[in-house]
Amino acid sequence: MYVHGVGALPVVILAAVFVGLTTAVQTSYQLMGVVPKYFVGMGVGRLVLIELAPVFTAFIVAGRSASSMAAELGAMRVSEQVDALTVMAVNPHRYLCLPRIAALVLSLPVLVVVMELVAVGVALVISAAALDVSAYTFRYGITHFFIARDFFGGLGKALLFGLVIAANGCYFGFSVEGGSEEVGRATTRAVVTSAAMILGFNFLVAFLFFNA
Amino acid sequence: MISVERVSKRFGRKVVLDGVDLEVADREVVVILGPSGIGKTVLLKIMAGLLAPDRGRVRYDGIGLDYGLLADNRALYSGLGYVFQGGALFDSMTVLDNVALPLVEGIRVRPAEARVRAQAALARVGMGGEEALYPRELSGGMTRLVAIARALVAEPRHVFYDEPTGGLDPVMRDRVCELIAGLRDREGRTELVVTHDLAAAESVADRILMLRQGRLIALEAVRKEDYAAQDS
Repeated sequence: MYVHGVGALPVVILAAVFVGLTTAVQTSYQLMGVVPKYFVGMGVGRLVLIELAPVFTAFIVAGRSASSMAAELGAMRVSEQVDALTVMAVNPHRYLCLPRIAALVLSLPVLVVVMELVAVGVALVISAAALDVSAYTFRYGITHFFIARDFFGGLGKALLFGLVIAANGCYFGFSVEGGSEEVGRATTRAVVTSAAMILGFNFLVAFLFFNA
Repeated sequence: MISVERVSKRFGRKVVLDGVDLEVADREVVVILGPSGIGKTVLLKIMAGLLAPDRGRVRYDGIGLDYGLLADNRALYSGLGYVFQGGALFDSMTVLDNVALPLVEGIRVRPAEARVRAQAALARVGMGGEEALYPRELSGGMTRLVAIARALVAEPRHVFYDEPTGGLDPVMRDRVCELIAGLRDREGRTELVVTHDLAAAESVADRILMLRQGRLIALEAVRKEDYAAQDS
């Protein structure tokens, strides 16, 4: 939990700052002069809650955790630690995978909330400071158009992505046979497959739950 | 009694085991000799249920090992200790926790009792006082001794050793050999040792077999010429 959750906080916060800055600038660029200014707050809020925070956070965590899980478990396969568990009458899948899956499934939604708070906060500051959208107007746009389904939909995606990332890290780690070269390949496969599945599931959730 | 019946295994086009038959009696120490890469570890892993053979079967007291996808050999594993070639200790755990692991997670002994038994197992292999160290702080010989302590801590009936003396200095090698022989003499354990160490084989074995061209050949006495002939 500490390694995969707390350990990801600095990079998630850093990413959130730039997500907030860029989203505010782009939303303002698209909407200013076309619709009232509070739509900037609405646009930023809903984009971050539904799409940007869950997907960006999942990508960051996939890069960190899927790779580290695959590498760690792969190294344990190569050094016969997994076999050692088996002959101790310990189920290695349950002993090694379940805690990792639980850690990611629980920590990813928390990281998503952190990214949402930081990104929206930063967007509010830059909007008020440089984009001619006052803090009050920005807040009004967010709160007036806030839909709980957006927030909980983002959290639901985070749970799903956490499961996908951990499952890939564990699966490719346990698939390692041979030496350290194979560990490297498993690491790459875990990250690439996680990223592809995150995008695929993101579309599926959008289509099933946010399709007007 | 452990029975290996016509076990075969190939990797790609390379036939590693070709109809291996072996019977290991209770309280017997059998050593399988052969140079590195000949398939000794493969045979040991098949006998421990860690690797499925292409053909053949392994029985413990008449009960066959299950190699299926959902294989459950827990009954066997509670009576088996396995010393892996590199030790296979867990880096994130202390020596004591490594040795207590089969008790705590495997046969579900209370942690306090497991720690006492783990300390006793470490003392038995001469590693008392090193409980707080981590595997990265151990020498190769110490790692091997901790691995042996972990294999013995649950008092298994059968103990398998994969190259137990590999890379050890002569003093440490003698210590490991005395330990293996002592387990048979004092505690009546059945032990299977795979090694390429001729001197170690001679010092511990009741019976020595040589793995050659995928089959086991019995040797009354090990001669260096026999061993060298394998490589040619």
